[in-house]
Amino acid sequence: MSTPSAATTSRWRALTHHHLFWPVAVLVALLLVNVPFTPDFFSIKMTDGHLYGSLVSIVLFGSPLILVAVGMTLVIATGGIDLSVGAVVAITGALTCSYISDQADQNALSAVFLAMGVGLVAAVVCGLWNGFLVARMGIQPIIATLIIMVAGRGVAQLITDGQIITINSEPYKLIGGGYWLTLPFSIFVVAVVVAVTVALTRRTALGLLVESVGGNAEASRLVGIRSRRIKIMVYVFCALCAGIAGLMISSNTSAADGNNAGLWIELDAILAVVIGGTSLLGGRFSIGGTVIGALVIQTLTTTIYTIGVPTQTNLVFKAVVVIVVCLLQSPKFRAKVFGARFGPRSGAASGGSAAAAPAKTVTTAEAAPKMEVS
Amino acid sequence: MAEPRPVLEMTGIVKEFPGVRALSGVDFRLFPGEIHALMGENGAGKSTLIKVLTGVHSLDGGTITLDGKSVRFASPLQAQQAGINTVYQEVNLCPNLSVAENIFIGREPTRFGRIQWKRMRKEAAELVDRLGLDIDVTAPLSAYPLAVQQLVAIVRSVSTGDGTGDGEGQGTKVLVLDEPTSSLDRDEVLELFRLMRRLKDEGVAILFVSHFLDQIYEICDRMTVLRNGTLVGEHMVSDLDQVGLIQLMIGKELDKLEELHEHQLRADVGETLLHAEGLGRTGRIAPFDLEIKKGEVVGLAGLLGSGRTELARLLFGADQPDGGKVTVAGKQVPMNAPNDAIDAGVAFCSENRKTEGLVPDLTVRENIILALQAARGWTRPIPAAQRDELVAKYIKALDIRPANPEARVGQLSGGNQQKVLLARWLITEPRLLILDEPTRGIDIGAKAEIQKLVVSLSEDGMSVLYIAAELEEVLRLSHTIGVLRDRKLVARLTNGPEITPSRILETIASGEHQ
Repeated sequence: MSTPSAATTSRWRALTHHHLFWPVAVLVALLLVNVPFTPDFFSIKMTDGHLYGSLVSIVLFGSPLILVAVGMTLVIATGGIDLSVGAVVAITGALTCSYISDQADQNALSAVFLAMGVGLVAAVVCGLWNGFLVARMGIQPIIATLIIMVAGRGVAQLITDGQIITINSEPYKLIGGGYWLTLPFSIFVVAVVVAVTVALTRRTALGLLVESVGGNAEASRLVGIRSRRIKIMVYVFCALCAGIAGLMISSNTSAADGNNAGLWIELDAILAVVIGGTSLLGGRFSIGGTVIGALVIQTLTTTIYTIGVPTQTNLVFKAVVVIVVCLLQSPKFRAKVFGARFGPRSGAASGGSAAAAPAKTVTTAEAAPKMEVS
Repeated sequence: MAEPRPVLEMTGIVKEFPGVRALSGVDFRLFPGEIHALMGENGAGKSTLIKVLTGVHSLDGGTITLDGKSVRFASPLQAQQAGINTVYQEVNLCPNLSVAENIFIGREPTRFGRIQWKRMRKEAAELVDRLGLDIDVTAPLSAYPLAVQQLVAIVRSVSTGDGTGDGEGQGTKVLVLDEPTSSLDRDEVLELFRLMRRLKDEGVAILFVSHFLDQIYEICDRMTVLRNGTLVGEHMVSDLDQVGLIQLMIGKELDKLEELHEHQLRADVGETLLHAEGLGRTGRIAPFDLEIKKGEVVGLAGLLGSGRTELARLLFGADQPDGGKVTVAGKQVPMNAPNDAIDAGVAFCSENRKTEGLVPDLTVRENIILALQAARGWTRPIPAAQRDELVAKYIKALDIRPANPEARVGQLSGGNQQKVLLARWLITEPRLLILDEPTRGIDIGAKAEIQKLVVSLSEDGMSVLYIAAELEEVLRLSHTIGVLRDRKLVARLTNGPEITPSRILETIASGEHQ
């Protein structure tokens, strides 16, 4: 009966080496931490035909971050970065809310759709501008997107006259604060955006071309990939995602705050992408990983409140968890701390080649890191 | 036989990559004051053995003994500090830093924690001077051609042992040269050999990898032959002739190359396919006219830096020409970007596989379909079934090893990477295939395969522009030979019995059509 245990070991290995294993493990661990403090953490109740519970809230409040992070993933995969998403969130919210607040009937559907359209067009324009600077002008992405990051908040405040615009529109409230089929409506929006993104990148060749441009820009040019076009597309897509997030945030509070809407969300989004396993150097990306990464960050925020970490140590606590997650993602760190079992993929982990079989004994005996330098 | 004690002994070396068994139980030894050749085809495990020795890869099994002590290196730095220095196949320096910085990077002379720039520059200049090279050490490395960059890499690795490195380290005991000559011209090779002999006299053990058999027989004392990751044998160079060596390397009778010699190029070529008129770019290549017929192989001959690559890049639109025009099959091509040339049916395999060819993170399959997919645009993915069939067909046709489309292309050996690049373009069924040094740094078996491929492509009506450093190679394959000198296309010779390497050399030397 030695085969089943060997099979289990290899299945365990395959599992621990899956690119989503560590992000999911951290997410589960973070969720479990809440249980001693909130015993009914995992319970979901039905009240007034709506589902309530901590898990639902995490997804609900994490929705804007997931949207922004998904867009950010594609930008990062091309080797770029988009710092302007927070400002785009503010601009979109400001434009949409100020348009709605000018209407006589704030509940008119046509006005609300038009307002959302205006906001999203503004987001797309921001994306075009970023893409133009990066792809056409050859400006480094971190600098190019810094422009809207800084100027965009100013624009948002100009739109709102430096005030917080509050609106009272039932249809608009639905996007970020309403319910549909017992669940928060935002969850459906996120599901659609994630599904569209996955389809767009994996059902077409866009994902491959993005990974190629991020993996080796010069080789991609010489192979005939129109990398400028690809780059402009991902910046526009990223801004569009940020725009939808902006609608969601302003809808949830029924207000547009040019100063604080989406503040620092770009940093959380970048973190989510990294936690999800996409390298900041560009190349390979994982939308699923990013979604998990965003949920990790939102769960962390929730956890900080439920276990009662003092407000002033919030950020430090968050930073510690992020460091731990990033270390867990590093194969070198895992090999040092947990031994070869969780170490880098080499040797016996392959299993794919028939020729690899006889070497197994040697591999396991020698795999532990040793140093005997004279 | 009373032999001195080896300075380095590797026993039972095992190394695996996911899906690839690169080395299985290889023994290797190196004596002080010898130049030892490591021989084998692509993927035989030469580079892997070197990387295991120098701490780039970790060891999966076996032992390494240096000076009688068991060692294991976790990083190239540790190997360097123990006296093992390496120059790799492809230059791994920082082109944006100066020559002096590149020579001393990681071990800059410091005082009170600050780098002594003056001293560093002075020592670098002395070093370069002593080795008889004419290089301005303050210039950025990128100002020099690849060949000189290679020499700088060698200077860097040699310099760790001669006391300039603040006495740190133990001096170079073992110098590993992995294909250092593949981009050097004859004079530069002689220069390198002079240096190698001097180091050998000083008692340094040199491990030398080269695909030029003549060079092996010129400079080496002993050789170790690998095949498919296993040891085939260790021989004194004087005991084994070239035919015997090649048979050991490929593991079968030597018929591959013979076949090619008998293979005559198809005499008749078709209509004009490509016509370039007055195409040129200041500082890269003088305006030239070039005509390539359908099914014709045009070889480019000339010294390194004579403008061979520059000419090819202009034809492909990789660099923008200052003037002139290109017509393909009667239609003018705009030549603003590679896309334009690709749309006209031109394909280009760059000489720099690593930086201008492959996307190392992607799989073999993804790299192979990249050009075709780029041509189709992102909205029209290649259907999975068709894609897998195409990839499997070319992996088989070109004998890409490992034959695993999921393998990451960065983990393949140089020759197999070259084949992946070829497959990428062949899939697009181009009308003109530009091959820039397709056989550089790859072994004799794969070389013959690629040359045979060129012949059969030409028979099928594909035109080929073939660039190679070896004149014999160009002569063997080409219908027509374009001769370059000093960044100018100086002659166009129709191949025939009267065209010999010496005739081409004369043309290069005199710079005119005879």
